[in-house]
Amino acid sequence: MSDKVIYVMFDDDEVLKDGAKKLVSKGIKINEVFSPFPIHGIDPIIGVKQTRLGIMAFLYGLTGLTLATIGMRYFMVVDWPMNIGGKPNFSYLQNILAFIPISFEFTVLCAAHGMAITYLLLNKTLPGMPAQNPDPRTTDDKFVMEIRLSENSSMTEADLDAVIKETGFIEIDKKDIK
Amino acid sequence: MEFQITKNAKNLTYGLIGAGLVLTGIGLATSMGDDHFSTRLMANGIINGFFFFSLGLGALFFLALQYATETGWYASVKRVIEAVAGFLPYGMAIFGLVLLTITFMHGAHIYIWMDPEMTDPASHHYDEIIDGKSAYLNPVFFWIRTLVYFAVYYIFLTGFKKRSLEEDRIGGTELHFKNYRKGATFLVFFAVFSSTSSWDWLMSIDVHWFSTLFGWYTFAGMWCSTMVVLVLTTLYLKNLGHLEKVNDSHIHDLGKWTFATSFLWSYLFFSQFMLIWYANIGEEVTYYQMRIENFKVLYFSMFLINFAFPMLILMSRDAKRHAGVLTFVGLVILCGHWLDVYIMVSAGSLGANAHIGALEIGMAILMAGVFIYAILNNLTKAPLTPVNHPFLDESVHHEI
Repeated sequence: MSDKVIYVMFDDDEVLKDGAKKLVSKGIKINEVFSPFPIHGIDPIIGVKQTRLGIMAFLYGLTGLTLATIGMRYFMVVDWPMNIGGKPNFSYLQNILAFIPISFEFTVLCAAHGMAITYLLLNKTLPGMPAQNPDPRTTDDKFVMEIRLSENSSMTEADLDAVIKETGFIEIDKKDIK
Repeated sequence: MEFQITKNAKNLTYGLIGAGLVLTGIGLATSMGDDHFSTRLMANGIINGFFFFSLGLGALFFLALQYATETGWYASVKRVIEAVAGFLPYGMAIFGLVLLTITFMHGAHIYIWMDPEMTDPASHHYDEIIDGKSAYLNPVFFWIRTLVYFAVYYIFLTGFKKRSLEEDRIGGTELHFKNYRKGATFLVFFAVFSSTSSWDWLMSIDVHWFSTLFGWYTFAGMWCSTMVVLVLTTLYLKNLGHLEKVNDSHIHDLGKWTFATSFLWSYLFFSQFMLIWYANIGEEVTYYQMRIENFKVLYFSMFLINFAFPMLILMSRDAKRHAGVLTFVGLVILCGHWLDVYIMVSAGSLGANAHIGALEIGMAILMAGVFIYAILNNLTKAPLTPVNHPFLDESVHHEI
């Protein structure tokens, strides 16, 4: 399906935010915003859904906690009961205090790494992956708004241009994609 | 000013004070003449005196922390913090009165080191360990320290309050930078005093025992309870239609503080417990043995209430923005931290004879009523939103 993408560039995040509000109020759907840093308050304006990364973090944490418990119980109690500091480990429960710091560490380790890897995978930004942003300047000091014609089928391109003109952008670029 | 104590609030506080008085009366009548009556009465004085005093002190600390870090978001809830901190003079008066009574009772079997027989080699009560600590733990030096803490807290509190109202009138950044310097100075004092005062007032009850983590542990519990009080007061005022500049993000931030300080407290509880359990040295483990023998269910359920409960319920973002959830969790962990203080005081003084009866609950409710009334009264004395705080604009647009 062929589509046309309009890239609108701004040099200030506040101008972009005001522009986005204006566009959205006219019923225009903004597909994406590229920015060198997180813009506070842009998510609800362009209708980005609340992230579910937190739920994943909790699940990764639970995985870590379970793995740590199974591992330590096997290493320290079942396979070869260790006697450390006069506290022989014949029972995991009675010595649970000694295992809590490692459980905690491993929970945090799994949650943090799981979250980071999930984030990179979902955004397709693993090391070595091709860049997604339309203009390298969005990694420096420029902000780009992406609008797709296919998502705004109720408006013609000329209508869109007329509305975008009022936003105070500095550059506009259009690209046909197949 | 804009806030007036509503009729309902007045009735609630009077009701609490009334119910507290009645229960205290019943408690007094039924336990008067018991063997440990005076110790029990004074232990309750310390528990409630210290707990509510520490809520005011926690607010003062939190205010100083915001000044010293030049925080922006808190500007619209600043008056709430100041109102809670404003309880401090009343808290100091009540707690000071309790300490004074105990001093005249030679420790009332709570601060046994206050008893002169303990350090008299001729007496058969002579205690070598207490004698060894008597250079620090003696009534005169104790009172010098207590008065210094009170004086420093009071001076900083009045300074902060005065400048806060002055800022409303004249504005500018000069007062802001003065607050910044004073806030940082207060933190320096507080860093030392939070440790030493908890040794003096609470750790010296278990006089043979010591823990270097104790100050932090007490401080973390106090901070957590304070954050709960700040959340509840803010939600209450929001509910009445005040504080229109406070949005969901401010509530979320206060909720995060509650969540985070719960973890800080749990972390310190565990650090202290685990190290002592692991090392298993006779003079250290007695502290926990006493608690496990006499307060097993209470002690560990208190830990679960203050740790697992807020952890599981307040973990999600939505819960921290939900007034009902915050109020429920807040009230429960407030009781949890009161229990913590209850065990800290009772285990070392009453031990097996301690139990929660009409006297305990009555005095706690009575103090809660006085505390709430004092806060509401403080809230009426200043505009609820500062006018010229340099970060007010940032706070109004706070969004997370």
